[in-house]
Amino acid sequence: MATHQLAQVNIATLRYPLDGPELAGFVAQLEPINALADAAPGFVWRLQTEDGDATAIRPFDDERIMVNLSVWASLEALRGFVYASRHLGVMRHRRSWFTRMADPYLALWWVPAGTIPTVAEAKERLQLLARSGPTPAAFTFRDPFPEPAGASR
Amino acid sequence: MAAMDGAPTDRDLAAIGLLQDPVRRALYEHVVAAGGEVSRNQAAEAAAVGRGLAAFHLDKLVEAGLLEATFRRLGERRGPGAGRPAKLYRRAAGEVAASLPPRTYETAAHLLAEAVEQTGADLELQAAARRAGVRAGRRQPREGGPAVERLLAARGYEPYRDGAALRLRNCPFANLSGEFPVLVCAMNLSLIEGLLEGLGAPERAVMEPAPGRCCVAIISKDNQD
Repeated sequence: MATHQLAQVNIATLRYPLDGPELAGFVAQLEPINALADAAPGFVWRLQTEDGDATAIRPFDDERIMVNLSVWASLEALRGFVYASRHLGVMRHRRSWFTRMADPYLALWWVPAGTIPTVAEAKERLQLLARSGPTPAAFTFRDPFPEPAGASR
Repeated sequence: MAAMDGAPTDRDLAAIGLLQDPVRRALYEHVVAAGGEVSRNQAAEAAAVGRGLAAFHLDKLVEAGLLEATFRRLGERRGPGAGRPAKLYRRAAGEVAASLPPRTYETAAHLLAEAVEQTGADLELQAAARRAGVRAGRRQPREGGPAVERLLAARGYEPYRDGAALRLRNCPFANLSGEFPVLVCAMNLSLIEGLLEGLGAPERAVMEPAPGRCCVAIISKDNQD
């Protein structure tokens, strides 16, 4: 059994209020896409409130920024969901819903299997990626790092 | 065989030269159109040549990097009496490309995609792709069979029927979509939407990603899936 799992965080800045007509397309996709994630091969965990999603969690000073935090069995599992499922079709609208961010908006890192990352930790990983570029502690799909070898500590 | 980012290599030119032979060309096209693994016998039958000759040419195509060969036992039987495993052929994953004079559009495409990604110009790219699709669709001659399939085939998508849907075996932007999936797959969907609009076709294009094919499928307009 694998000793590590992959954590991912991505953040997005809303262009318009979440309850407005501009975001209706996004809001309509929340439930089906989250259900798709929950049933996807290799899905382990995702951040959510009692609403069943994480849209109410606004951990940044800029409260337009939403956070998406999840854990997956492997990089391939996460990649399969993000880029090779219906999720891909939803992401093509990303610029209608969210402003482009200059700083890294997605970070990946390995966690010991069974560990759940915190939002505070996720923010640190994004900052680390912005500061140091891709490293084993915070990387991207384009510059991935392999699962650490050996037993988890 | 990397993507085209310089002058053609000897290996690329040799691979393309191999396809001049009509038998080899027929065998290659049969394997590609089958979309999976093909046995020697199947390929020989399709190209109307003997099994020995087919095997010779198929192995030449493997040597050149155009096909890949695997060995697999086809029947249920195991152990003594099961026979030797069959040699099966499928299209190789790598690309063969040559342009004379050398043209390195691949390099340009990656740089442009990087810049579009950084500036967040997804919607502008989708609009440009849609316009280009509409223009190409309007130019397509109307005679000579189903226009949608012919146009997609001519543009390298390798369309095939799958029930009511038309699916696309080949992603013409594979390297680029691998690196910038959101950007490039959305561009491709807009392009195909434009092609359908330009053709005046009643179908619509939808994103249905699956491994090993283009993520766009063409379905009839009343299908809500």
